[in-house]
Amino acid sequence: MSTLEFTGTTVRYGHGAGAHVAVDGVDLTVASGGVHGLVGESGSGKSTLAAAAVGLVRPVAGTIRLDGADIAGSSAAARTARRRVQLVFQDPYAALDPRMPVGVSIAEAMRATGRRLSRADRQRRVEELLGLVHLDPKRAGDLPSAFSGGQCQRVTIARALAAEPDVVIADEITSALDVSVQGVVLNLLRELRAELDLTVLFISHNLAVVRYVCDTVSVMRHGRIVESGETESVLSAPAHPYTRELLAAVPVMGEPFDGEEAL
Amino acid sequence: MRSGLPRGLRGPQGVVTVLGAFALLLVIVLAPYVWGDAATATSVADRVQGPSAAHPFGTDDLGRDVLARVLIAARLSVLLALGATAVAVSGGIVLGVVATVLPCPLRRLVSAFIDILLSFPWLLLALFFSVIWGATASGAMLAVGFAGVPSIARLTYTLASSVTGRDFVRAARIVGVGPAGVILRHVIPNIAPPMLVNTAAYASTALLSFAGLSFLGLGVQAPGFDWGRLLREGIARIYVNPMAALGPGIAIVLTGLILNAIGSLTGESASKTPLRPRASKARARAGAGDPEVLVEVEDLRVSFPDRQGRLVERVRGVSLTIRPGETVGIVGASGSGKSVTAMAVAGLLGPEAAIDATRLSFQGIDMTAAPRAADRRRLGLELAVVFQDPLTSLNPSLTVGRQLTEVSRTHDGVPRAAARHRARDVLASVGIARPERRARQYPHELSGGMRQRAMIGMGLMGRPRLVIADEPTTALDVTVQRQVLRVLRDARRRTGSAILFISHDIALVSGFCDRVLVMKDGQIVEEVAAARLDEARHPYTRALVACVPHMGTDRTRPLPVIDESGGVAEEARA
Repeated sequence: MSTLEFTGTTVRYGHGAGAHVAVDGVDLTVASGGVHGLVGESGSGKSTLAAAAVGLVRPVAGTIRLDGADIAGSSAAARTARRRVQLVFQDPYAALDPRMPVGVSIAEAMRATGRRLSRADRQRRVEELLGLVHLDPKRAGDLPSAFSGGQCQRVTIARALAAEPDVVIADEITSALDVSVQGVVLNLLRELRAELDLTVLFISHNLAVVRYVCDTVSVMRHGRIVESGETESVLSAPAHPYTRELLAAVPVMGEPFDGEEAL
Repeated sequence: MRSGLPRGLRGPQGVVTVLGAFALLLVIVLAPYVWGDAATATSVADRVQGPSAAHPFGTDDLGRDVLARVLIAARLSVLLALGATAVAVSGGIVLGVVATVLPCPLRRLVSAFIDILLSFPWLLLALFFSVIWGATASGAMLAVGFAGVPSIARLTYTLASSVTGRDFVRAARIVGVGPAGVILRHVIPNIAPPMLVNTAAYASTALLSFAGLSFLGLGVQAPGFDWGRLLREGIARIYVNPMAALGPGIAIVLTGLILNAIGSLTGESASKTPLRPRASKARARAGAGDPEVLVEVEDLRVSFPDRQGRLVERVRGVSLTIRPGETVGIVGASGSGKSVTAMAVAGLLGPEAAIDATRLSFQGIDMTAAPRAADRRRLGLELAVVFQDPLTSLNPSLTVGRQLTEVSRTHDGVPRAAARHRARDVLASVGIARPERRARQYPHELSGGMRQRAMIGMGLMGRPRLVIADEPTTALDVTVQRQVLRVLRDARRRTGSAILFISHDIALVSGFCDRVLVMKDGQIVEEVAAARLDEARHPYTRALVACVPHMGTDRTRPLPVIDESGGVAEEARA
């Protein structure tokens, strides 16, 4: 059981007149064992919501709970609890320290488990995790620059898994990758979810990818959730005009471009 | 072999630096033993002599050999300079790094404190500290050291802040690495190379500062002597014996140069192979090209030097033609050479690229050579390029309107008012509301989609015959992508311009283009009409089509992926 629950979550950047409400009273539940999609344009607040869940920003109102326990607060208990939520970033090269061998980056994430492992145990675990994401365990000593973009993204997934999370938030994890590499990462995510019984919050602006990966989906705009439901029903019968607009914008193979109402 | 040092040591600069550093070290260690007697032995008979074979720099007023004194002073001068550097760098790093991890209000306070200290000239600070610690060598060392703390702290703070904002530091924080861990594991290793360069640069500044303080009588006191003190003694007799003053001066300059050279060797800048411009050539055949053809590329090969300086061919024999008004797409994975091909057509490859082609022409203009003035004007008006990230391809310090009018004013000689009027019309035509207001804004004040449309507008200021769009929508949302494509298409309809559209998204290309060229490993593997992509024969094209999830993809099966041979790996892992 690991349900991630946002209730009335509000995140504001800045103070006074220059303040900007990035997330505005969001209610969202990521059900245990499910993959929940979060779609919307850049600036809609989806990444901010993710950042709030892992403690990178502090909500000004509302709560974020994991299995009922608060993870948004500043208490030691909340800090420990929120390490069970891990984030995979969009740009794999930016997300890995360029001067740190990938094995060390992965080992660093093991601190989140709170267990102290011996050097040999850490080594063994790093190799195991690299194998899990289909990378050669012997490459643990290589720097990120020795890996391709898709391989780096698999390293960051291995790092997130090293923290033994209950919930993984994937923030646009394929949008910096080639279409040809995207499939590899999506297949991996799918495989890991089945193997490790993960709960996933999958953030993307690509509806075709969201449809393929997610069981349920929420559409976000201007910091608010405008539509939520089963992926199939939301995408086949969108209720909100914005969802319809998003759907119309997905390029379809072989279908001539029609941008009549785009502007 | 990961450190920059061994690589930097190769080459003439490295050899000279090592020899210089070695000689300096030798002098510092051995000079007192070798020349100690000559430097301290007073001889009234030999006092205040000019340069001679026995005393190349002459003698001082007690008859001591000046050259010997200069060599012996090396130890004190360099050690004091290094001591001051150590004080400045350690103080600066501690202050700068601590400031970056403090909570926000405290961080602002410390940062403001550093800025205030920075506004005092270092000499003033040094004099201030000299007053506190007195005019002694160690007092001067602390003074020069503390005077350097603000600038090093500022630099550290700036560098460290840029690291702490990166995703990998966020990732470390998420797994529970504390501020101290972030500093030690991520910040310090990533700011070390530029800090090393600056440390060496500061060492040579400290050397000079010290010489200055001693020269003013605030540093080393008699009977001790460093180069500054020797300079002070020598300057009084500069018309009698110039070498007595020039000698220590030369020593200061040489040592400063060695310290700086060491710095640039340890820095990352030294590890890059210098790029040599390479001659590009077209094996052009006589006779003008087909007038019905806008772009003609035949057997284009482009190579770039790798880290070891060896040429690596990135585009390997590409041939393509674009006719007026056509929309041609190039798809392929990153590194397939699609952007390099497009930039070669635009004549925008840097001097490090070696271009070789039987023909590479746009409207009959040979793009392998530097264009003549008339051709340059035509290119400016008739060839437009739209890049992936308009935030980096638009000039951040000029208003959008100014950048648009520049095209007409530079290449077309249009008067300012007319150009401004046209810019407004063009901005309106790319769907930008309130164009007068937007024209007065800077690129960062526009949204990503608006910037990209302004970039397209810039191309429309001329009379475009070809618009090269290199991944123009990759950084944008799907809804914004549609707006940008709509603007591109409308522009083509209005001007009759051809479009060369580069993308890795085959679905997008299939809907937008007439013809699609599929590139892999620097070669075009297939050319196919966009409407007939489903009939593509080449396994790589079929794989590209198959691996993109679409709104009808079977959710119960893994996605097909492209295997090493370039085909579809059927049922990769069941």
